Amino acid sequence: MDPAAAVDPAAAVDPAGAADAGDAVRIDALEFTWRAGLAPCLAIPALRIGAGERVFIQGMSGSGKSTLLNLVAGVAVPTRGSLRLFGHELGALGGAARDRLRGDHIGYIFQQFNLIPYLSAIDNVLLPVHFSARRRARARQQGASPRDAAIALLARLDIDAASGARRAAQLSIGQQQRVAAARALIGAPEIVIADEPTSALDSERQQAFLDLLMACCAAAGSALLFVSHDQRLAAGFDRQVRMEELNRAPRGPA
Amino acid sequence: MKPFVFVLAARSAWNRRLTLGVTMAAVALSVLLLVGIERLREGARHGFAETVSGTDLIVGSRTSPVQLLLYAVFHVGAPTNNMGWAAFQAVAADPAVAWAVPVALGDSHRGFPVVGTSPGYFEHFRHGDGRALALAAGRRFDGLFEVVLGAEAAQRLGYAVGRRITLSHGTGEALLPEHADKPFVVTGILARTGTPVDRALHVSLESLEAIHLEWRGGAPVPGLVIPAEFVRKFDLSPKSVTAVLAGLHERTAVFAAQRRINAHAGEPLQAILPGVALDELWQVLGTAERVLVAVSALTAAIAIAGLVAVILAGLGERRRELAVLRATGARPRDIFALLTLEGLFVTVAGSAAGLALLLACALLFGDLLLARYGVALAAQSFAPSELARVGAIIAAGLVASMVPGLRAYRLAVADGLTPGS
Ligand SMILES: Nc1ncnc2c1ncn2[C@@H]1O[C@H](COP(=O)(O)OP(=O)(O)O)[C@@H](O)[C@H]1O
Ligand SMILES: [Mg+2]
Repeated sequence: MDPAAAVDPAAAVDPAGAADAGDAVRIDALEFTWRAGLAPCLAIPALRIGAGERVFIQGMSGSGKSTLLNLVAGVAVPTRGSLRLFGHELGALGGAARDRLRGDHIGYIFQQFNLIPYLSAIDNVLLPVHFSARRRARARQQGASPRDAAIALLARLDIDAASGARRAAQLSIGQQQRVAAARALIGAPEIVIADEPTSALDSERQQAFLDLLMACCAAAGSALLFVSHDQRLAAGFDRQVRMEELNRAPRGPA
Repeated sequence: MKPFVFVLAARSAWNRRLTLGVTMAAVALSVLLLVGIERLREGARHGFAETVSGTDLIVGSRTSPVQLLLYAVFHVGAPTNNMGWAAFQAVAADPAVAWAVPVALGDSHRGFPVVGTSPGYFEHFRHGDGRALALAAGRRFDGLFEVVLGAEAAQRLGYAVGRRITLSHGTGEALLPEHADKPFVVTGILARTGTPVDRALHVSLESLEAIHLEWRGGAPVPGLVIPAEFVRKFDLSPKSVTAVLAGLHERTAVFAAQRRINAHAGEPLQAILPGVALDELWQVLGTAERVLVAVSALTAAIAIAGLVAVILAGLGERRRELAVLRATGARPRDIFALLTLEGLFVTVAGSAAGLALLLACALLFGDLLLARYGVALAAQSFAPSELARVGAIIAAGLVASMVPGLRAYRLAVADGLTPGS
């Protein structure tokens, strides 16, 4: 049997059903090492992110921001300690179940090169819908069909239908980042993770993008986990976390 | 694996159609080779079998059965010994023998073999599923110095009925002594058969006697000249023949007849069953066939290795793509399937293209091959043995494509969402 089936998505998002009621992410005494034998890259005593909360995580390059996001997304597992996603201890789940949790509940925006170059913008937005039945079902609530939902999301993010039909590689960087945001938001996942999504944009457009992203997350009811080295973007978030304070791992010369 | 990965792999492969197209062409050519060789082999066996389909026994002087078959029917190689006319008559008189046709070889015309025979040849020779020889133009030879051309010989030499030609003594392409003083006239041209008959020039045994009157032991007797108009004053009855083609009343009597002829009291004779001799021939050729198949299998292996190399080479720049797929919920096994399927698609498309190419070749060159070599490259549907070869190539392509698939799997697991760190 598919171990992912053991994860009941309905129970997973039901605030009353989980012990950690209301927490989307809950980290306790977490340690993470990329490769056995190396010094730990992350050591986080505690971190909680509530449902629908907007958290800004600030940290210098190399401070472990992306590593933390990999852990929350279930691509890497804690070496020690606990990381719970909607009450599910990720370290106790198999790879398939973690992949399923990610596909069902997390939208992810990279710094750049977000899109599959040979797919149209719309087909890029639809990717999570193909890998997650839950996102597919929820996308149908956003529009008549997942495709309609994708077109509506793109329109909300200022991508018209003509651009949406174009191949990803033909779009500008700014358009690509907005398509990536639409993909993260389709099917209204509980968490949207953004790993420095504005650093490839010029400064005038950074705030505009961030405003759009926040508005869309609010509309979808998604928590936003936004990572950046740029302190200026922190305004408008519910909470700000500094990697330097969060991560107790001694930072060597790498 | 999600069905969507199938779509994704197809679109990814299509996106890289230029690079993959080259390797696909290589796969197509190797399929063409591998299946084409099989089809030609089958065609050759079929064609050769049809050539001797109407003949129950071939009789000649003692030599290897394959050799006797090759020169008596296919006019390849040279007989070491002829058999006397009396022996021919003895074979013809055997109670089991329904018909016997003599074949006398040794002369040629511009590389095409001359066959001395009796009018019975046109009655009894059968090819294909029992078809008799038919004239496309003119009539059979009747008197002296008349020749009936096979279709291929007539076409290649550009001869029509009425043309006068001279025969050469001996066979081969070398400069041969000519029977220039006794020219022949073309009286008929046979319809195409797809057998060695098409390449032969047919004359009567008496004509052969006539042009060799002043020859002894393969060379002209010095000073002896007998003009054509005087040859009728000499005894032109045949003295020897090279081989005899015979048909029986009852095929079941073939072994008894063979034993009787082999025990012939006059001179040492040998009777062979053409089918048995053909089997022996294929056994001899089997080694060469296997080498040919091995070489074409090797080209298939090279094509597939090229495919793997191309996909592996593209993997480095696709790590971002794999991370994006992982972020949207793809599992490592989806990544494995994506890359493996891409290779499989190329193999399948290449195989299909190779088979299409083979059909096109069969349609374009099938007639030519059949006419010139008697080998049928039929544009038929695919035989199980052919499909088995295609299946083997596709299976090999699938297994080989798992190499980039596994590599991508490992990369996807190691990279997570931060490739290149
Ligand atoms: N996939 C990976 N494999 C091994 N080491 C990694 C990987 N990703 C990041 N690292 C290492 O972890 C450390 C933190 O990197 P990262 O989390 O990317 O920092 P940030 O995102 O804050 O710049 C770095 O030393 C980096 O080399
Ligand atoms: Mg980073």
